[in-house]
Amino acid sequence: MDFELSKEQEMIRREVRKFAKKEIQPLAAALDEKEEFSPELTKKMGEIGLFGMFVSEMYGGQAMDYLSYIIAVEEIARVDGSQAATIAAGNSLGIGPLYYFGNESQKKKYLPKLCAGEGLWGFGLTEPTAGSDAGGSKTTAVQDGDDWVINGSKIFITNAACSMTLGVTVQTVTGSRPSGKPEYTCFIVEPDTPGFKAVPMHKKMMWRSSNTAELYFDKVRVPGENMLGQKGDGFHQMLKTLDGGRLSIGAMGLGGAQGAYELALKYAKERRQFDQPISKFQAVAFKLADCAMEIECARNLLYKACWLRNQNKPFAKEAAMGKLYCSEAMGRVVDRAVQIHGGYGLMKEYDVERFYRDQKLLDIGEGTSEIQRLVISRHIGC
Amino acid sequence: MDTIVLIKQVPDTESAIEVDAQAARIVEDNLNWVLNPYDEIAVEEALRIKESLGGTVTLLCAGPKRSQDALRSGLAMGADQAILITDPDLDGCDTRGLAQVLAACIKTLEYGLILCGQRAVDDDLQLTGASVAHELDIPYISDVTHQEIEDQTLRCRQSTDRAHMKIKSPLPALIAVQRGLNEPRYISLPGMMKAKKKPIDTKTLSDLGLEPSALPQPNIRIESLKVPSSKRAGEMIPGESPEEQAANLATRLREMDLL
Repeated sequence: MDFELSKEQEMIRREVRKFAKKEIQPLAAALDEKEEFSPELTKKMGEIGLFGMFVSEMYGGQAMDYLSYIIAVEEIARVDGSQAATIAAGNSLGIGPLYYFGNESQKKKYLPKLCAGEGLWGFGLTEPTAGSDAGGSKTTAVQDGDDWVINGSKIFITNAACSMTLGVTVQTVTGSRPSGKPEYTCFIVEPDTPGFKAVPMHKKMMWRSSNTAELYFDKVRVPGENMLGQKGDGFHQMLKTLDGGRLSIGAMGLGGAQGAYELALKYAKERRQFDQPISKFQAVAFKLADCAMEIECARNLLYKACWLRNQNKPFAKEAAMGKLYCSEAMGRVVDRAVQIHGGYGLMKEYDVERFYRDQKLLDIGEGTSEIQRLVISRHIGC
Repeated sequence: MDTIVLIKQVPDTESAIEVDAQAARIVEDNLNWVLNPYDEIAVEEALRIKESLGGTVTLLCAGPKRSQDALRSGLAMGADQAILITDPDLDGCDTRGLAQVLAACIKTLEYGLILCGQRAVDDDLQLTGASVAHELDIPYISDVTHQEIEDQTLRCRQSTDRAHMKIKSPLPALIAVQRGLNEPRYISLPGMMKAKKKPIDTKTLSDLGLEPSALPQPNIRIESLKVPSSKRAGEMIPGESPEEQAANLATRLREMDLL
C-alpha cells in the first residue's frame, strides 16, 4: 500500500492552493454577495490549466490522471465552492461526455477551446419533473429527414447560460426500448440555434457565483451529426458521466470541509473566553478533533475511488460512497465550524458562513444522498 | 540572450520549523520544500528576458538531491533546462565553497546574464550572488527591482531602504533580484506536464574537475540554533481618556524597565 502522492500531484496541490489563495479568495465573498459569475476568474483558471485535466493533449488537455484532477477541485473548494463548481461541472459534465462519447470531428471542434478555458459547456439532464427519477424525462427528439427536432426543458444546468457558454449536451427521449422503458439519446446544441433559450437562474442559496441555467427547447432543429454517440446511448452515457462526476462532487465536499475546518481551527486558537483560547476547552477541541478525523476518512475514501478509476477497475460503488461521505462529512464539519465561530459564524464577514450554505448542494446535486445510498445498497446486493 | 538562474530549495515558509538542538540543525523529516520565493522572481525575470530577446533559460543549483523538485518547479514555469550539482562533499561547504562550485559549472556555459534571488528565506545570508560574481569576476548588482537590456548594456534600478539607484553595467553580469521586480507566473498544469520531459543534468564535483580538498573550509560554525519565541498577545492599556491612557502606559513601561 502506498499513500504517497506523486511529485506531480504534490506540485498540483501546491500551485492550485497558491492560485486559489491569491486569485479566488479575495473575490469570493463579493461575488457570492452579488450572485455574480466571473468570466475573468474562469479564464484565469483556464490559463493555469484547470479545464481538460484528464483530456489527451491531442485535444488541448493536460493528460493527467483522475486523482490529479480531484486534488485540483479539492484545493479550489477549500477556498470557494462556486469556483470549484465551475471547474467540476466544466470538466466532469461539460468536457467529459464530449471527450468520452464524441466523434472525432465533435472533439476537434469543441474540446480545444473548452480545455483552454475559453468556453464552457453544460450537460442538460435534470428536468423540472425529472430529478432522481430520470425515467420521467419529457424532453424529446424526433427525427425529421437528416435532422432531429428537440422539444422540452431542463433545469439546474451548471455553466449553461453565461457569456462563455459554447453549447450544451442535452439528453432526450428518442423512443422506447424493447423493455418498454424510454430510449435516451444525447445531442449537442449550440447557443444560437433557433428555438433554444438558456436563462440564468438566480436567488440561489449557495454556489451563488457559479452559473446555473434553465434550458428551453422549442422545436430546436439540429443536424444528425450533432448526435453524441449512437441513438440509444444516452442512458449509458449518463450513468458513466455521473460516476465520474460524483468523484468531483466528493472533492468539493472534501475541500470545503478542509477549508471550513481550517477556518474554525484558526478562529478557535485566536478567540479567547474565560482567559484562554477556546481551542483549550474540550467542548471545542473535540469538535475539531472529529473534523480532522472525518476529513482524513473522507480523503482516503475518495482517493481510493480515484485510484480504482485510474486502474480501470470498477469504481461505481466507491464513487457513490465517496460522494455521499464527503458531502455529509462537510455537512458535519461546517455545522461545527459555525458553532465554534459563535455569533460571528452567522455573519457574512466570516467566510465560514458561505461554506455553511455552499455545503447543502452537495447533499442534493448529481444524485441526492438518498440516491447514493440506493446505488450503494444495490452494489452490496440488497 | 541566454540566462542562468541560481536556484535554492528552501523549507516552505508555512511549515513549522523544529530544531534539533544537539546537532544545531533544523529537523528536515516533515518539512515541505519549495523553490525559494526570491528565486521564483529571478526565474520569472529570466523568462521575460527570453520572451522579449530570445535565448534560453538554464537553472543551476548546488544542493542535496531533493533540490531537483525546486528545479522541476522552475522548469514547469518555463525554463529550458536545469543542472543540479549534488555531491556528499558539498555538505562541508560554506558560501565561498559553494560559489566556487557554481562558478566552475557556469564557466562551462554560455550566458549573457546570471540572476539569483536577493535572499534565500532559510538562512538569509544574502551572500551567494556576490560570491559567485566575485569568482567569475563579473559585475554584481543587488536589490534589483527593474532591469532592461539594450545593446549589450544592462540598466537596473537598485532599491534599498534608503535609496533608489539607477545602475548601468556591461554584460555579462549577475543581478540579485528583490521583491517588486515582477509577479511570478503560476505554474500551469500544461507547464508541469512539459517539465517532465525537460532534462535535469546531474553533476558531481569531480564532473566539474573539482577536488573537494581544494575547496575552502568553512571559517564559521553554527554553535546553536533556536526558534525565536512567538509573538506574545498584545496588552490593552486601560483608561477613560487619552491622558489617563498615556499615564497608565508610562507606568506600565516603567514597570517593565523600558522607561
